[in-house]
Amino acid sequence: MKRKDFLQLSAFGLGGLLIPGIAHATEPLRWMNERLDRSIKKSLADAALEAAKAAGATYADVRISRYLQQSVNTRELRVQGISNSTSYGVGVRVIVNGTWGFAATSTVTKEGIVDCARTAVAIAKANSILQKEPVILAPQKGLGEKSWKTPIEKNPFDIPINEKVELLMEVNSKAMEAGAGFITSSLSFVLEDKYYANTDGSYFDQELHRMWPNFTVTVVDKTTGKFKTRDALSCPIARGYEYLTSADKEKMQGPAGVMLYRYGYDMVEDAILAAQQAKEKHSAKSVIPGKYDLVLDPSNLGLTIHESIGHSTELDRVLGYEANYAGTSFATLDKWESKNFRFGSDIVNVFGDRKQKYFLNTIGYDDDGVPSKEWDIIKNGILVNYQVTRDQAHILNLKESQGCSHADSWDKVQFQRMPNVSLRPGKKKLSVQEMIKGVENGIYILGRGSYSIDHQRYNFQFGGQLFYEIKNGQITGMLEDVAYQSNTQEFWNSCVQICDESDYRCFGTFRDGKGQPGQVSAVSHGCSSTRFNNINVLNTRA
Amino acid sequence: MILTEQQARQLIDKLLSYSKADDIQITITGSRGGNIRYARNTVTTTGQTENLQVSVSSVFGKRTGSASGNETDDASLKRLVEVSEEIARLAPENPEYMPMLGPQQYQPSKTYSDDLAGMNPEMRAKAAFDSISAAVKGKHVSAGYLEDETGFIAIGNSKGLFAYNKSTSGDFTITVRTSDDTGSGYARQSFNSLSGLNAALATEKAIKVAEASRGARELQPGKYTVIMDHIAVADLLPMILSAMDARSADEGRSFFGKRGSGNKIGEKLFDERINIITDPFNSLNPGTPFTREGLPVQKQVWIENGVLKNLSYSRYWAAQKGVEPIPSPSGMIMSGGNKSLEEIIAGTERGILVHHLWYIRAVSAQTLLYTGLTRDGVFYVEDGKIKYPVKNFRFNESPAYMLSNVLELGQTARVGNHILPIMKIANFNFTSISDAI
Repeated sequence: MKRKDFLQLSAFGLGGLLIPGIAHATEPLRWMNERLDRSIKKSLADAALEAAKAAGATYADVRISRYLQQSVNTRELRVQGISNSTSYGVGVRVIVNGTWGFAATSTVTKEGIVDCARTAVAIAKANSILQKEPVILAPQKGLGEKSWKTPIEKNPFDIPINEKVELLMEVNSKAMEAGAGFITSSLSFVLEDKYYANTDGSYFDQELHRMWPNFTVTVVDKTTGKFKTRDALSCPIARGYEYLTSADKEKMQGPAGVMLYRYGYDMVEDAILAAQQAKEKHSAKSVIPGKYDLVLDPSNLGLTIHESIGHSTELDRVLGYEANYAGTSFATLDKWESKNFRFGSDIVNVFGDRKQKYFLNTIGYDDDGVPSKEWDIIKNGILVNYQVTRDQAHILNLKESQGCSHADSWDKVQFQRMPNVSLRPGKKKLSVQEMIKGVENGIYILGRGSYSIDHQRYNFQFGGQLFYEIKNGQITGMLEDVAYQSNTQEFWNSCVQICDESDYRCFGTFRDGKGQPGQVSAVSHGCSSTRFNNINVLNTRA
Repeated sequence: MILTEQQARQLIDKLLSYSKADDIQITITGSRGGNIRYARNTVTTTGQTENLQVSVSSVFGKRTGSASGNETDDASLKRLVEVSEEIARLAPENPEYMPMLGPQQYQPSKTYSDDLAGMNPEMRAKAAFDSISAAVKGKHVSAGYLEDETGFIAIGNSKGLFAYNKSTSGDFTITVRTSDDTGSGYARQSFNSLSGLNAALATEKAIKVAEASRGARELQPGKYTVIMDHIAVADLLPMILSAMDARSADEGRSFFGKRGSGNKIGEKLFDERINIITDPFNSLNPGTPFTREGLPVQKQVWIENGVLKNLSYSRYWAAQKGVEPIPSPSGMIMSGGNKSLEEIIAGTERGILVHHLWYIRAVSAQTLLYTGLTRDGVFYVEDGKIKYPVKNFRFNESPAYMLSNVLELGQTARVGNHILPIMKIANFNFTSISDAI
């Protein structure tokens, strides 16, 4: 087939519409990267909103979304798979008789969207019979037509496949030269083309990017039958391909020969270090269980913040809406109302936001039509706020939503999701090297390891990738078989030192799960290296 | 969207006709599903969705590329084929590439039931109503979720392979918490036909545990004899399946690897009462009779009288080792005994009864050590009787250890897509107490 014929068919394919606005690229891979013209999306969205109102909705919003994902997976010196996937469709949400209704369709035509809107209204009407708590939406002024894009320099989907393959092959071969027996590595890229409109008069066109370079190095000792692994210290991040090419400006030499990466990452360098460190693990001391002072790198503490603070302060969880799946929360409303619930020590200041540059949950506008914000969750150790959507704000007597509404796909209904939840850096100048100097008997921990927390977010256990023994202010060598176990409130009240802003970095995850049916969300957590005193450490060697 | 076998074949033939590659394989999956979710004794969300996903893998020599999408007009389908071909041309050769399979014979599956395919919003609402009503009657707070799905998978390739399977499945979970927030109970039903759903019965079971679990006392962590009800067994034991890969074992990076080289097939690793198979044709937990490559799936013995009989072999690794490929295990079926939970409790001098586990994560792949927590009702058993509820525990324990330290196996039941017995295990390792209720 000739290219010209294909382009015409392609345009017909998008729901039978002739779409002059698409900027057609010249290669099939670039076709997947194309975006629908904004004026067409607005007219489709208006059709849905009008149909919903005509059918009786007092409020409606519509999301027209295309999700594009690319992954390149390798092991050792071969590529195991390269794949591109797309998902395209529309979700319409309405309020009728104070009750939510939602419907979705992959038929992205005017007729398909209008039908979808009417179905959403019918579902809301049916559900309203069982309604006991009518929806109260916090006010949000319509903001007209706006657009927002993740601040990227190089669109990963414009980078040729062979360049990505070459990078991973270099990562793998260098790791193996450095002693890795096995290595799996991957690059994952996501582009969300999301158009949102609501009956308040907001029309938001957003282009959201995120990426995740990752690997696992394994070193086997055949004489002992033991194997040791080390995962990448990369961070899933809302940056373009420049994340992989700008490490020189973004890295810091850490203690014990480790390299600390901020918003740029040298995958080859990290893989070589990983192979060396996985080898070193074979001769590392097995930890003696007991109480230690922990110095936690952001690559480790990020996940602890996520599980113990991020999830425990989700308002829907606090209220019991997640009781059948992930559970409820110890951070109950009476503790917040008391204004003196000591979540952590005086120096613990935690905030929620959707604004920090390069953070995965940073956006222009949420799936309720609310612009991104920043707010305190824990101030000077006291619980002061939660994370809410428009229909939850009234529960906390808030005048507006914090903008925490998100759906992971066009065919799922949006609900409250965790924003970026971060620990503010210390105000006094302090490096991690200086922090370690003050520790008599401790462990310095980096990287994401095993993680588990109970269904009310009290008891947790975390591992890591790298563990270093600290004796009398000096790192004395590598440790193995380490996991720390604590109680959320005790742990955060044992927080005694936080490094300054120059050490502030982000931890990220692509797949934070919540809800039934399950939805995933990408989220980041910022912090500096932090010290916690007298924490219980287990030896995990069975 | 559910395509019939004929419709799926036509769509695959159309995609095959677009191909310029040496070989091409198409996978089409479709589903039509519904769900209802409730919490705080009120319905929170309901949904009904349909989707159709087309995945294309194109091959030039040993170069492969894949693309998938949900747009099924001709132009988009052609685009998918072209994208997969472009990726394949750009990809380096994969020395481990295995040629696509030709036509295969598959046994008819037992995965589809007309009655469950006919599930509608009213039936889901009725189930939620029955469950909420039972909780409200007992002055408790319910949160539950019911989902059902009709789905199909069709695979076809340029070598003439064609496979099609239709299925129905459903799952109902219910958590009941006492209104004073001091007790919690949980129940679950997994099914392929409507007869497997009884929301009121499941809710009554959760209520019973929630009421009994109020006022939990603190017991010191340590090693205890543990009686695990079906759900708790299903939460932890199937974790062992992910380690049952021959290549990882042969490469020396798995629990089933042998020091030096090779794997532990043929070794007695577990208690001699342990027998584990998978069987896609078992009517209680039926499975799809082929893999994503189109390889037929048969009944497979994994552990027999405590001896490791098989590990899974990919087609590539099987060719390297000169054995037949064995698909990864799915839908574990473990033999049990005749005793009910009550009878096992009655025969226990001192132990802990556990109903449900939560947030289980691997700690060590070497030893298959996992950590996690108990939830929704833990009880101290003494002299054959439940004495009192106890606070939740964190555990650090290995499913391999569970299979080696069996004291007793009870009656079996289906949970998720597994059929597992009640288990009584010695020296189960609880490492700390959790304040969660």
